[in-house]
Amino acid sequence: MDILSLFVIVPILIVLALTFFAKDLKQARLISVVGMGIQFAMSINLIFAYLKERATNTDIMVFTKDVVWFETFNIHYSIGVDAISVVMIALTAVVLLAGVFISWKIDDLPKEFFISLIALSSGVFGFFISTDLFTMFVFYEIAVIPMYLLIGIWGSGPREDSAMKLTLMLMGASAVLSVGILGIYFNSNADGGPLTFNIFEIAQVNIPVAAQNIFYPLTFIGFAVIGALFPFHTWSPSGHASAPTAVSMLHAGVLMKLGGYGVFRIAMYLLPEGALNWADFFLILSAFGVIYGAFGAVMQKDLKYVNAYASVSHLSLVLFALLMFNKTAWTGAILQSLSHGLLTAMFFALIGMVYGRTHTRELSKLGGIMKVLPFIGAIYVITGLAYLGLPGFSGFVAEMTVFVGAFQHPDMFRRVLTIVVVSSIVVTAVYILRMVGKIMMGPLSNEEYKDLPKATWFEKAGLILLLIPVILIGVLPLGLSEMIKDSLQPFLERLL
Amino acid sequence: MIAGISIYEILTLTSILFFIGVYGFFTRVNLITVLLSIELILNASAVNFVLINTYLFPDLLQGAVFSIFIIALAAAETALAIAIIINLYKIIYSVEVKDTEVMKY
Amino acid sequence: MDFSYTILIPLIPLALFVVLGIFSKKIPASISGWLGSLGLGTSFALSLYTAYHYFMDGKLEGVYQTFIYKQTWLVFTDKLHIDLGVLIDPISVMMMVVVTSISFMVHLYSRGYMHGDDGYTRFFSYLALFSFSMLGLVLATNLFQMYIFWELVGASSYLLIGYYYTKPSAVAAAKKAFIVTRFADLGFLLGILLISYYTGTFNFQDLTSEEGLLIAGWGASASFMGLSVFTWGLVLIFMGGVGKSAMLPFHIWLPDAMEGPTPVSALIHAATMVVAGVYLVARLFPAYYFVDEGFALQVVAYIGALSSLVAALIAITQTDIKRVLAFSTMSQIGYMMLALGVSKYEGHDGLGYMASMFHLFTHAMFKALLFLGAGSVIHAVHSNYMKDMGGLRKYMPITHITFLIASLSIAGFPGFAGFFSKDEILVAAFESNKLIYFSSVLVAGLTAFYMFRLYFNIFWGEDRKYKHTPHESPLTMTIPLIFLAFMSVFAGYIPFSQFVTADLTPFEAHLNIPLAAIASSVGIIGIIIAFILYKKPSDLPERFANAFGFIYKWIYNKLYFDELYIFVTKKILFGVVAFSASWFDKYIVDGSMIGIGNVTVSVSNKIKGMQSGKLQDYAMSFVGGIVVIAMIVFYIWIN
Repeated sequence: MDILSLFVIVPILIVLALTFFAKDLKQARLISVVGMGIQFAMSINLIFAYLKERATNTDIMVFTKDVVWFETFNIHYSIGVDAISVVMIALTAVVLLAGVFISWKIDDLPKEFFISLIALSSGVFGFFISTDLFTMFVFYEIAVIPMYLLIGIWGSGPREDSAMKLTLMLMGASAVLSVGILGIYFNSNADGGPLTFNIFEIAQVNIPVAAQNIFYPLTFIGFAVIGALFPFHTWSPSGHASAPTAVSMLHAGVLMKLGGYGVFRIAMYLLPEGALNWADFFLILSAFGVIYGAFGAVMQKDLKYVNAYASVSHLSLVLFALLMFNKTAWTGAILQSLSHGLLTAMFFALIGMVYGRTHTRELSKLGGIMKVLPFIGAIYVITGLAYLGLPGFSGFVAEMTVFVGAFQHPDMFRRVLTIVVVSSIVVTAVYILRMVGKIMMGPLSNEEYKDLPKATWFEKAGLILLLIPVILIGVLPLGLSEMIKDSLQPFLERLL
Repeated sequence: MIAGISIYEILTLTSILFFIGVYGFFTRVNLITVLLSIELILNASAVNFVLINTYLFPDLLQGAVFSIFIIALAAAETALAIAIIINLYKIIYSVEVKDTEVMKY
Repeated sequence: MDFSYTILIPLIPLALFVVLGIFSKKIPASISGWLGSLGLGTSFALSLYTAYHYFMDGKLEGVYQTFIYKQTWLVFTDKLHIDLGVLIDPISVMMMVVVTSISFMVHLYSRGYMHGDDGYTRFFSYLALFSFSMLGLVLATNLFQMYIFWELVGASSYLLIGYYYTKPSAVAAAKKAFIVTRFADLGFLLGILLISYYTGTFNFQDLTSEEGLLIAGWGASASFMGLSVFTWGLVLIFMGGVGKSAMLPFHIWLPDAMEGPTPVSALIHAATMVVAGVYLVARLFPAYYFVDEGFALQVVAYIGALSSLVAALIAITQTDIKRVLAFSTMSQIGYMMLALGVSKYEGHDGLGYMASMFHLFTHAMFKALLFLGAGSVIHAVHSNYMKDMGGLRKYMPITHITFLIASLSIAGFPGFAGFFSKDEILVAAFESNKLIYFSSVLVAGLTAFYMFRLYFNIFWGEDRKYKHTPHESPLTMTIPLIFLAFMSVFAGYIPFSQFVTADLTPFEAHLNIPLAAIASSVGIIGIIIAFILYKKPSDLPERFANAFGFIYKWIYNKLYFDELYIFVTKKILFGVVAFSASWFDKYIVDGSMIGIGNVTVSVSNKIKGMQSGKLQDYAMSFVGGIVVIAMIVFYIWIN
C-alpha cells in the first residue's frame, strides 16, 4: 500500500471499526483518537518523506500512482502530492485530531458522530491527494455531504435550516463546478489527444481561449463558494453558528480551504488564459470580501458569527493572493490557508468551551471569563493576538508574505487594491480586541459563572496541539515557506 | 385468414375494443372495473398481434407468440393488481379510485 | 571587533518570558521577581560593556563603524527577505543602554510596587516580553525586523496596560492604545511596502547609504501629488512613529494608557517604547534628510513642535498626576522630534540629531524617575489625583528629594541633565527655524510651570485626610529612585557629541551661553509662577482658570480630540459603514440567497397541484401527451 492511499484507507478502516466494535462513547472516542493519532503520525511522516523524496525527485508531483478506474471515460484513480498538498494534509490531520479531543464528551449518538466526522475526513484527504479531476470531484462531494448530517443532527439553534442552507448552497456550487469540470474534460482533446481527466495531461493541452473564458468562471465560482467568496459566503455564518464545535473547527479549518486549493490547482492551473482574463473581476470581489468580512465581524453579537465573518475576511485574502499571480503572493496564500485553518479551529474550539460552560455565545452576556478560566482565557488572548497578525505567530508570516507579494505586482491597479486590503489589519484588530476584551476581561458578567469548571486535560491537549504549529510557523517560517515556494514553479510557468 | 372478412373490419373491431378499454379506464370509479378495462386494452392488442401476423406475415409466428406473452402478462398483472386492491381495501375499506389519492406529493 | 555576543542582550529577556510565562503558576512570587531582576541586570551589564567597548574602540579613522550580524528569517523574493539580527552603531548602543537600564530599574522597583499582587509572576513575564521586543526593535537591522518588534512592543504594551484586566477602564485603555497604534502602523507597513518596492531592499544599511539614496532619487521619477514615492514612503513610515510616540494626531492613547501599573508607565510610556518613533526617524535619518530636500523631515519637525506645544498646554490643566506626566512625555518627545526635524547632516550642522538623541537619553532617566516617584506617591496615598495629595515631603523624604531633582532636570534648571540636552535642541532650532525655536522656548517655560505645579501640589501645601499615614516606600523601590536621580543630574555631563552623531563622526559641541540663559530664565519664571500659585493653598489657580473660561475648558478636555475620534469611529465607521455592511449582508446578500430558495418553494407549490394522485388523471395526461406527440410527428412527416 502506498503512502498516500493510506490516508484514504485508514479513515475508512476507522469507520468500519467504529461501526462494528464501538459500543459506547468511551470506546468510540478511544478508537477515533487512536485512528486520528495514526493519521497524524502518518502526516508528520509524510512531510519528512516528501522532503526526502523531493531532494532527488524533480517531478511536479511525487509519490504518484495511477490505477484505471472507469475506462470508458478515461477516469483514473491517480494520486500524487506536491508541497501544497502535503501541508494541507498535515493541517487536516492536526485539526482532526484536535477535533476528536474537543468532542471528548459528546453525549448524543457519539458513535455516529465520530463515524460521520471521520468519513468526511477521508473525503478531504482524498481530495488533497488526487490528481484526476473526476476522482477529485468525487472526494469533494464525500467531504461536503456528511456536513449536512453533522450539522442537522448534532448542531444547536436553528440547525436544520442552517444545515439545509449550507448544503444547498454548496451543492449548487458543486453543480456549477461539475459543469466547469466537464467543460475542461470535453476540451481536453483540443490538441488531438484522447479526452482525459488527468490534471497533468490536461496541462499539456492548449484549451481554446473561448472555452477557457466560459469554463474558468464556472470552475472558479464552484470552488470559491466553499472558500467563502463574496457574495456567496452567507452559508458560512449560520452554518458555523449551528454546527457542533468539532464540525465548525473542521469546516472552517479545513473544508473551506478546499475552495482555495481547488481554485489554484484546477481553475488557475488548467485554464490559465481564462484566469488572466477574469483576474480583475475576481480580484475586486475578493478584495471587497476582505474588507467587507472584517466590517461584518465588527457588528456581530454572537461569538461564532464574529469568527465566521472573520473567516470570510481571511479566506478572501487567500483568493486575493492567489489572483496576484506571483510566487510570493501564492506562498502567502498557502501560508494563510494553513494559519487560518489552525487559528480558526482554535477559536471555534475555545468558543465551544465557553459555550459548553456558560450556555451562551452572546457577547453582551459574557464578561470576565479569564478570571474563572485562566487557561482558556490565556489561550483565547493568545489566539486573538495571533489572529490579528502579531509577529511570532503564523498569521503575521502569512499576511506579510501576501502583502509583500501582492505589492510586487507591476500593475498599479493591483497595488492600490493591495493597499485597500492591507488596511483590513486595523479592522481585524478592532473586532478581535473588542471580542477578547468583552468576554475575557472586565468584571465577571454573571455571578453564576464564578464556579465554571476549569479546562480539562483533553481540552488542553486539543488547544496545545493546534497552538504548537501556529508558534512554530510564526517563529521559524523559512523552511516551510521555501518548501511551498519550490512547488509553485509549474503554476507560474502555466500563467506566463 | 378468415374468408370474407378483410383485415380492416377486424382492425375496426379491435380499435373499438381498445377505446372502450381506454374510456373505461378513464371513467370507471371502481378499481376492479378499471382493471377490467385494462384487460380490454390488452386483449385488443393481443388480437391485433394475431391479426397482423395472420394477414400480413402468414409464414412467421412472432405475433402469435407475443399474444401468448400478453396473456401471461395480463394474468400476472391482474393477480398483482387484485392483491394490491385487496390490501387497499383492508386499509381504507374502499376500492374506489377517488379514495386512493393519499400518495400525492 | 566582535559584537556578536550582543544577541544575548535581547535573548535573556526572551528566555525569561518563556520560563515565567509558561510556569507562571508554578514559580513563587519571591523567585520570579529576583529572576527577572537578575536577567535584566545581566542584560544591563552586557550592554554597558558593549557601550564601553564600542565607544572606546569602535572608530575607524575617526568614524564610528557599523557592525551587523544577521540571519535570514523569511524570504519573499530574490531581493526582498527579512533578516533577524543585531546592528551595532552609536544610536543602537545608546538605546540599548537606555532600555536595559530603565528596564532593570523598573524590575527592581516592581518587586516592591507589585508586592502581594495576584499576577506577580505574570507581570514579570510581560515585562520580560516587553524588554525583549524593545531590544529587538532597537537592534533591528532592517525595516521589517523593526516592524516585527514594533508590533511586539505594541502587544506587550497592550498586555501591560490591560494588566488589571478585571478593570473595565484598563481594558478599554489597552484596546484603545493597541488600535490607535495599529492604525498608525498601517502607515508604517504601507511605507515599508512602497519603499521596498522601489528600492528592492529592507536593510537600513542600504537605505541610508549613498547607493540607496541614489536609488531613491531614481524612485523619485514615480511621483504622486507632486511628491516622490520615496517621500511618501518616508511620511507613511513616520506615521508609524507618530502613533507609537503619541504625537498629534495619534496621541489619544497615551493618557489612557496610564491605567497600567505605574512601573509600566515608567518603562514603556515614558522612557522606551514611546521614543521608538524618534528612534525610527533617527535610524532612517539620511534618507529623511536627503530625499526631496528633506520634505519628510519638515513634516517631522512641525508635527514635533506642534505636539510639544499642545501637550504642554494640556498638561497644565490635568489633575491626575500620571496624566500630567503622560502629557509631559508627549511634549518632550515632540522636542526630540523637532530636534531631528531641524537637524542637518554633517559635522556640527548635525547638532539637532545629536541633541535629539541626547535628550532621549536624559529624558529617559528623569521621566522614568518622575513616574517611579509618582508610583511611590500613589503607593502611599492610593490615589492618582492631586486633590488627595499634599504635604507629603514630611512622610516621604527620599521620594521628595528625587522627585525634586527630576523636576528640576526636566525644567531645564542649570546644572541638571535636562538643561544640557534641552539647550542643544534650542540651539539647533534657533539655527534653522525661528518659529519652531520660539514655540520650543514657550514649551520650556510651560514645562517648568506644570512640573512645579505638580511638585508643589504633591509635596507641599496642606496634609489631606489620609486613610493611614503615608510612609516612605521600601528600599527596593527607593534604590532605583536614587540611581535615576543620580543619572538625572550627571547624564548631562556626558560628552554626547563625541559618541552619537548623524554622520557617525564625533564633533565638539559647546554650550551656547545666551540661548541657554534665555531658556533657563524662562524655565525659572515658570517655576516661580508655580511657586506663587501652588506653594500655599489659595484660590488663585481657580481664578485663573475661570478667567480663561472656555479656553481652559477646551484645553482641560484635551482639545476634544477623544470626542472627535469617538465620533469618527463609533458614529461613522461603525455606525454607518459597518452597520450598513451588515445590513447589506443580512438583507441583500443573504436575502437573495434565501430568496432563491423561497422562489423554488413557491414555484413547486404552484405546480404540485398537477400531481393530483388520481390514477386516471395521470393516464389522461399520458394519453393526451401521446396524442399531441403523434400529431406533431404526423405533421412533420406529412410536410
